[in-house]
Amino acid sequence: MANQGETHDVLIAGGGNAALCAAITAAERGARVLIAEAAPKGFRAGNSRHTRNLRTAHEAPTRLLSGRYPVAEYLDDLMRVTAGKTDERLARITIEESAGLAEWMHARGVRFQPAISGTLSLERTNPFFRGGGKAMMNAYYLTAARLGVEVIYDAEVIGLEIDKGVFSAAQVRHRGFERRIAARAFIAASGGFQANFDWLEEAWGPAARNFLIRGTPYAKGTVLRLLLDAGFASVAEADQCHAIAIDARGPRFDGGIATRIDSVPFSIMVNREAQRFYDEGEDFWPKRYAIWGRLIAKQPDQIAWSIIDAKAEELFLPPLYPPIRAQSIAGLAEALGLDPAALGATVDAYNAACDAEGPFDPGVLDGRRTHGLTPPKTNWARPIDQPPYIGFPLRPGITFTYLGVKVDESAAAQMADGGRAENIYAAGEIMAGNVLGQGYLGGLGLTIGSVFGRRAGEAAARHARH
Amino acid sequence: MPGTDPRPPSATQSPPPAVVREGGRTLPSPALAEARRTMEICNACRYCESFCPVFPAMELRRAFSDGDLGYLANLCHNCKGCWHACQYAPPHEWGLNLPRAFAELRAETYASHAWPRGLGRVFERNGMVVSLATALCLAAVMILTVLLQDQATLSASHGGPGAFYAVIPWGVMAGLGGLTFGWAVLAMALGARSFWRASGGGAISRAALRAALRDAGQTRHLGGGGEGCNDIDERFGMGRRHFHLAMMWGFLLCFAATIAGTVMDHGFGWAAPYSWYSVPVVLGTAGGIGLMAGTAGLFAIKFATDRAPEATGLWGMDLGLLALLHLTALTGLALLAWRHTPAMGWLLAIHLGFVLALFVTLPYGKMVHGVYRLLALVRHHREQQAR
Repeated sequence: MANQGETHDVLIAGGGNAALCAAITAAERGARVLIAEAAPKGFRAGNSRHTRNLRTAHEAPTRLLSGRYPVAEYLDDLMRVTAGKTDERLARITIEESAGLAEWMHARGVRFQPAISGTLSLERTNPFFRGGGKAMMNAYYLTAARLGVEVIYDAEVIGLEIDKGVFSAAQVRHRGFERRIAARAFIAASGGFQANFDWLEEAWGPAARNFLIRGTPYAKGTVLRLLLDAGFASVAEADQCHAIAIDARGPRFDGGIATRIDSVPFSIMVNREAQRFYDEGEDFWPKRYAIWGRLIAKQPDQIAWSIIDAKAEELFLPPLYPPIRAQSIAGLAEALGLDPAALGATVDAYNAACDAEGPFDPGVLDGRRTHGLTPPKTNWARPIDQPPYIGFPLRPGITFTYLGVKVDESAAAQMADGGRAENIYAAGEIMAGNVLGQGYLGGLGLTIGSVFGRRAGEAAARHARH
Repeated sequence: MPGTDPRPPSATQSPPPAVVREGGRTLPSPALAEARRTMEICNACRYCESFCPVFPAMELRRAFSDGDLGYLANLCHNCKGCWHACQYAPPHEWGLNLPRAFAELRAETYASHAWPRGLGRVFERNGMVVSLATALCLAAVMILTVLLQDQATLSASHGGPGAFYAVIPWGVMAGLGGLTFGWAVLAMALGARSFWRASGGGAISRAALRAALRDAGQTRHLGGGGEGCNDIDERFGMGRRHFHLAMMWGFLLCFAATIAGTVMDHGFGWAAPYSWYSVPVVLGTAGGIGLMAGTAGLFAIKFATDRAPEATGLWGMDLGLLALLHLTALTGLALLAWRHTPAMGWLLAIHLGFVLALFVTLPYGKMVHGVYRLLALVRHHREQQAR
């Protein structure tokens, strides 16, 4: 246990992937590292506990990945989803370094599973951890312990002593008691602010109260706020985040992967007025799932319903909560709390517009599009006419927020006045906005956390040891 | 708010899918309901799919019948990889604990497929039942020995062919052994038939059987996803697998030794005891050592392990069989070591008491897991080969 008076080489706020990558890297370079994890041990590792894969570049097929995913293609993908809102230098570093990550992780105990049949068709781009993110984090914690890294749980950083860009100590609330922990370098790896509804409301207005948070309730942005208040430069807008559509019946926090619903491309999505609002068949679900959180967030009451008929029920992974069923559209509307006449009209109009020829094929962009309908459905459009009719309620599920601390290539935090902090670094969600100004690419969050976690650990250790 | 949980009450509806099923006819037992709730969450998550065959089997289904759950529970080898990897394990509000849920359901399948049916109740307090049965068998054999033999014969040094039968007559030994073992085989076969039918029935192909036997022979799925089980905590290890292999093959070698002895006795008229280099003694010695080492190791792991994912209420069943096997092997080896001394008479009686207890409790204790797990593996390969 960390003693009050002793000075550590590196203090890390946070206990997720970026924090552990930083801790292991620093400890491997001889630094004495202390991790202050805000959560109790059972909830350690933040959102990393809910992850499953990361996105890595590779020039040839590997044991884990098929084909090749060159840096240039990866960068193109990133440019497309962010619409150019990225620091291209940091993006390039992230992508180039991603190529060696799987090997580095394996050497530190993380195990991968062979390429899978795949619910998300990511077998070319994303290696999957055996057992998912919690298993990965267990491996990292074991490795860190072997390297002598100390971890305190229930330990939230609530104050920072910073003078002219130089960190000297942190105030930490540990199991209810406040204490001062001094260190030669500080790494902020404490996540976004997605679990802080007051802050979300500043960005989104009252709509934020209807959001669900897919991951840890401990990501309250305390350290992020401390750093921004201390004069550090920010990146990305406060309302930018990774948000998907998840089952509205899920828990407020920590629903993780299980509450997602993959019915959207085979359904029509209607809002509270029973009106459609976006092309459900625009592209394959893995390429579109990350836009639907924002789309629903812009609808009245931040809720929408995915409506299918019996034909589509088995085209997607079994949902966690039971489907809501009825023998007629009017009956379904009633069960969902929608206006039966309005839903009837929407379904009729959609059915009448489904006049495409050619076979329905969920495996390809089948081009079965509606005609004369606004908005159109451009693939997989089939009439909804075979009872039972089925509905799922969906709400925005926030994975993590992008507003963060601006960093340089060594993960050092940047001052708003242009200066560079002497011994303060940031890694993971708290700086992901440097690379992800908007949009999302599956598995990129962990890649950013791993790359900048290692860089922060290396730079912090170098600073502390000299 | 130091020390307070930042989690507000859940948004709307939690915990997820509960006990009541659409169209469900009977109210499921708590173990069945918990296994179903867990599988429904797991099937929406699927992160554990590369640990073991349970998850690929789960992914073939969208709903879980009682028979499916019994099958999946017996396909589970309790490696606990999924527990340590589970993002929904306690303290998460969903509180998933698949290894424990399946262990409890497995015990229910042992009870519900027991033959005759009424004897399924012995699984409720199995540790006590096995202990009592052992005590009774020991006492019975020793009393019988005293009644059948005078003190002089018992405590004399016997040598040469037929020495054991001088203490306990061949007819009594073979009769009791044959009767109890025959009953055990019959009861386990009928239990197996009942389990197979309940989990969906169907023909057993030779390919599926071969693949299942290969898995069972290597206890392949005690290897977890390749790194072993979580024997103690979140570290992976091969301890449990190696000890189980020693125990299982030790048991089978002892069984082979018995067969070899029977063949030599009745086939060739060479009565026991046999020399140190004879087939039955070599097999039995190796098997006995394997049994002792394996059971001791499994005992040690049991006491060191993190109890959170364990169905500790069922440990009596596990420990009862481990102890019985260990003592059977121990007394067998002791008999071998001192068979030419005056201690032989009593050592033989004690050893046969344990053997009798083992035979009597075979279909009514943990040993049945071998039958059901093998059948679950057969079904698993049958399903995967049909894909």
